[in-house]
Amino acid sequence: MSVQPRRACESDVATETVRLSGVGFGYAATHRALRDVNLTLPAGSFHFLTGASGAGKSTLLKLLTLAQQPTTGTLHLFGEDATTAPRRALPGFRRRMGVVFQDFRLLDHLSVFDNVALPLRLAGRKPADYAGDVREMLDWVGLGDRMGDRPPSLSGGEKQRLAIARAVVSKPELIVADEPTGSVDKAMGERLLKLFQSLNRLGTTVLIASHDEALARRSGAALLRLEGGRMIGEAE
Amino acid sequence: MIRRLFPERASLLPRDAGGEAWLAALIAVLCLLACLAAVGAVAADRAAQGWARELRSEATVQVRPRVGETGAEAAARAAQTLAGVAGVSEAEAMDREAAEALLRPWIGAAALPDLPVPHLVTVRLDRAAPASAVTLGRALAEAGLDATVDDHGLWRREVERSAGLITLLAGAGFLLTAGAAGAAVAYATRAGMAAQAGVISILSLNGASDGAIAGLYQWRYGLLAAGAGALGALVAMITVAGLRFLGGAEGITPALPLAWSDLLILSPCPLLAGTVALVAARVAALARLGRGH
Repeated sequence: MSVQPRRACESDVATETVRLSGVGFGYAATHRALRDVNLTLPAGSFHFLTGASGAGKSTLLKLLTLAQQPTTGTLHLFGEDATTAPRRALPGFRRRMGVVFQDFRLLDHLSVFDNVALPLRLAGRKPADYAGDVREMLDWVGLGDRMGDRPPSLSGGEKQRLAIARAVVSKPELIVADEPTGSVDKAMGERLLKLFQSLNRLGTTVLIASHDEALARRSGAALLRLEGGRMIGEAE
Repeated sequence: MIRRLFPERASLLPRDAGGEAWLAALIAVLCLLACLAAVGAVAADRAAQGWARELRSEATVQVRPRVGETGAEAAARAAQTLAGVAGVSEAEAMDREAAEALLRPWIGAAALPDLPVPHLVTVRLDRAAPASAVTLGRALAEAGLDATVDDHGLWRREVERSAGLITLLAGAGFLLTAGAAGAAVAYATRAGMAAQAGVISILSLNGASDGAIAGLYQWRYGLLAAGAGALGALVAMITVAGLRFLGGAEGITPALPLAWSDLLILSPCPLLAGTVALVAARVAALARLGRGH
């Protein structure tokens, strides 16, 4: 008699990677950065979030990465309520997502290799296990020959590619990127977009905040627009 | 082999060479002071125990001569009586010259000829089973001698109380030193976390738990303190060894007799310093992270 592993039934799988319900956020009592935002990102979806500067894109991404808590409303990640989750549960959510920050947030005292390896190391993986993945990822973003260098010696575009490599190396379920092509040339921008699309085809949910609507349209992804802190639906 | 067991990985926290060097120097000095306090307490306790043992093994008897008997005769008779008591090793009547020698430092030589110097008997007791003051007094009474026995209990209790006090003070000094080291590490941890807020934010957003971040600080400061503690203990060992070497069998003085074995009590210093720093750093880091760093 053989024992087969139990197959996940549909009800086991979280079909919504992100769900925001009536989310509001204010940095001060008089300034509301987000107002009554409702948003659902189904698992495996690819969205571009557009909007003018100050529309609330970065604030929304801060909420999604749990760097800030919503002032009102609820945020569900991977089917769980992240709004009421205790602080000790936050690393569990964050290990399931990869984040590309607009200001890169690289560790200047670590090498390019160690920066990319950071999420894998924090997840408890051994260097021998992740070294190959890290090298492959660095080759893919064109930094294979800069592995031993430190971030301060990289150009803006190289830093951006490094930040993207770090965000995707752990093959997360959700990728959140804030202007990930803002500091690279058009060719590299297209190449990075292909990387996100490849990951999305493998089932990763992708949300990219960008002011570059042309790139967003070329991507074929669903477009979301924020205006004055309100989600006004798909961009036209 | 060691590389295989402990593969070299870059520290996730940047080095703060200047601040850490000062902290290490401070902890090394605190450990040196704690080590010297510990050795001093052990030596003082050893001296006190030695004095108490000496006092326990001796008794002094003051004899008052009866009518028709000289003081020297009474003292000699008392010595003879006491020498036969079980628990007495030796009893010797003290002559006037020896008694005057005891009093001379206190009242000077000029007044001595006019003073009635007490007639004393020095009794050396058996260390294993010393005779009690009551036994000695009973033997003297049975021999028809009017005498008072002093078993040095007052002095002994004073010496033992002093030894206890010194040990207590040394213990308090040690705890204060450990507390100061812990406070210094906690302060350094808080300062380090404030200076590295960006790094902590990046680690946290990449999935590091509060415990993991606190772990980075606890191991950094724990190892630093262990190293500094080892340095402090080493300097203390050299100091103690030097004093023991220069002081001969008595250490520095009979009041502070050092022994080579005292060096052994310094060996846990690095472990203690590391543990104190590790706990202080972890508590400080978790408290800061818990407040929503």
